[in-house]
Amino acid sequence: MDLEIGSPLTVGLILGVVIVTAALLITVERRLLGFWQERLGPNRVGWFGSLQVVADMIKIFTKEDWIPPFADKFSFVIAPGIIMSVVLLSFAVIPFAPNIGVIDSNIGVLFVLAMASLGAYSVMLGGLSSDNKYALLGSLRAAAQMISYEVFMGISLLGVVALTGSFNLREIVNAQSDGWYIIPQFIGFVIFLIAGVAESHRLPFDIPEAEQEICAGYHTEYSGMKFGMFFVAEYLGLVLISSLITVLFFGGWLGPTFLPPIVWFSIKAFAFIAFFVLMRAAVPRPRYDQLMSYGWLFLLPVSLINLLVTGAIILSSQP
Amino acid sequence: MIKLIVYTLLSQVRTLWLVFIKIFQKKDTVEYPDSQPYMFPRWRGRIILSRDPDGEERCVACNLCAVACPVDCIALQKGEMEDGRWYPEFFRINFSRCIMCGFCEEACPTNAIQLTPDFEMAEYVRQDMVWEKEDLLINGTGKYHDYNFYRVAGKKIEGKDKGEALNEAAPIDVKSLMP
Repeated sequence: MDLEIGSPLTVGLILGVVIVTAALLITVERRLLGFWQERLGPNRVGWFGSLQVVADMIKIFTKEDWIPPFADKFSFVIAPGIIMSVVLLSFAVIPFAPNIGVIDSNIGVLFVLAMASLGAYSVMLGGLSSDNKYALLGSLRAAAQMISYEVFMGISLLGVVALTGSFNLREIVNAQSDGWYIIPQFIGFVIFLIAGVAESHRLPFDIPEAEQEICAGYHTEYSGMKFGMFFVAEYLGLVLISSLITVLFFGGWLGPTFLPPIVWFSIKAFAFIAFFVLMRAAVPRPRYDQLMSYGWLFLLPVSLINLLVTGAIILSSQP
Repeated sequence: MIKLIVYTLLSQVRTLWLVFIKIFQKKDTVEYPDSQPYMFPRWRGRIILSRDPDGEERCVACNLCAVACPVDCIALQKGEMEDGRWYPEFFRINFSRCIMCGFCEEACPTNAIQLTPDFEMAEYVRQDMVWEKEDLLINGTGKYHDYNFYRVAGKKIEGKDKGEALNEAAPIDVKSLMP
């Protein structure tokens, strides 16, 4: 079988590689965080700590999978599954390379945004069904944060969509062959980056799971593999946001031809993953009201102005 | 307003840059089992019982260490030899209680109990943390090489009467009028 869009081999490869990458990120993040804090990080298991993820997985699989007696069993169990499947579904429209991808959809951008919105359900259900005050606080914060930051996420993307004239992510990549969208859409890129961090609850916007304030937020009551699914889904979200930034603003698989397209895609995506880890190492967490007012009073106007200016330029440059 | 936004943005970029260049700095981590740390000679670690230069046990079972110990981890029983020397019949230190404060070493009048720079004392069984006299005794003098308690003390033992110790004058006969 050949690698082509939508063939079972490609789909299986994407699923496997994406999940393994997300799991490996646990180790990679710990190592990078260590380096940026003048430590070494975990380097005992395997070659320079590369098998640390195996040790972590063995630990998390053999832990007691406990459901609190006061929890609402059904929604407690399905909540981690929702976020995992929703994030994995988003990878369906990501164009990894000209011949690698699951579907070639005309509504790719909208699909990703829709799946990101559905992810809020998982967080809400997980927090509410736990019947725990920290989980409830965390899920309230998560729901409010995800819903507000989706607004600017969508609007900041519209500049790219307007420049391309299509919601298809493959066409967006192909339209960047004579110049990445980072140059005309720099403000859109910055807003999308910030909103992406907030969407995947990474530091500095990990307010839904702020350890110092509310334990672990919405997954306080989770243990064992259900916690592992939340954990891996967070890293999957990180991979997803990095891939989206690569596709939308940095030309996806495009690059000099001495390396195959998928390698260019991986290099760019990993650079953004490393940048997210760097943000975690460097930037402190804002207060909750600061997060909300920053979003609605600063990012929303700026993204709207960006969209208006982009539209005006496109219209005026047309004959 | 614009100035504030630009300043805040640049401040964040500067923060990210300063943290990023840390990746090239020397790491502070000491990879302990691979690279052993330098232990200072007066480090307060594992407790030992030393012997005097003649090879006899220095401990005279005076119980001062057990009294000084703030966590009561030392237990011992006095015994007496035929020549008049005192010695501990058993000497037991419970290292799972010991806090390595060194009070026992300061209290010891014979320099018998001493603390060493060894700190690797982990055990799998809790009972193995209790050390008996055979485990504590070493075959050397520890930090004080020439000190022998019975040779300088006024205590009378077989072969050494009162007043025969080093730097000691003969006892005064208080019932005599002679100077």
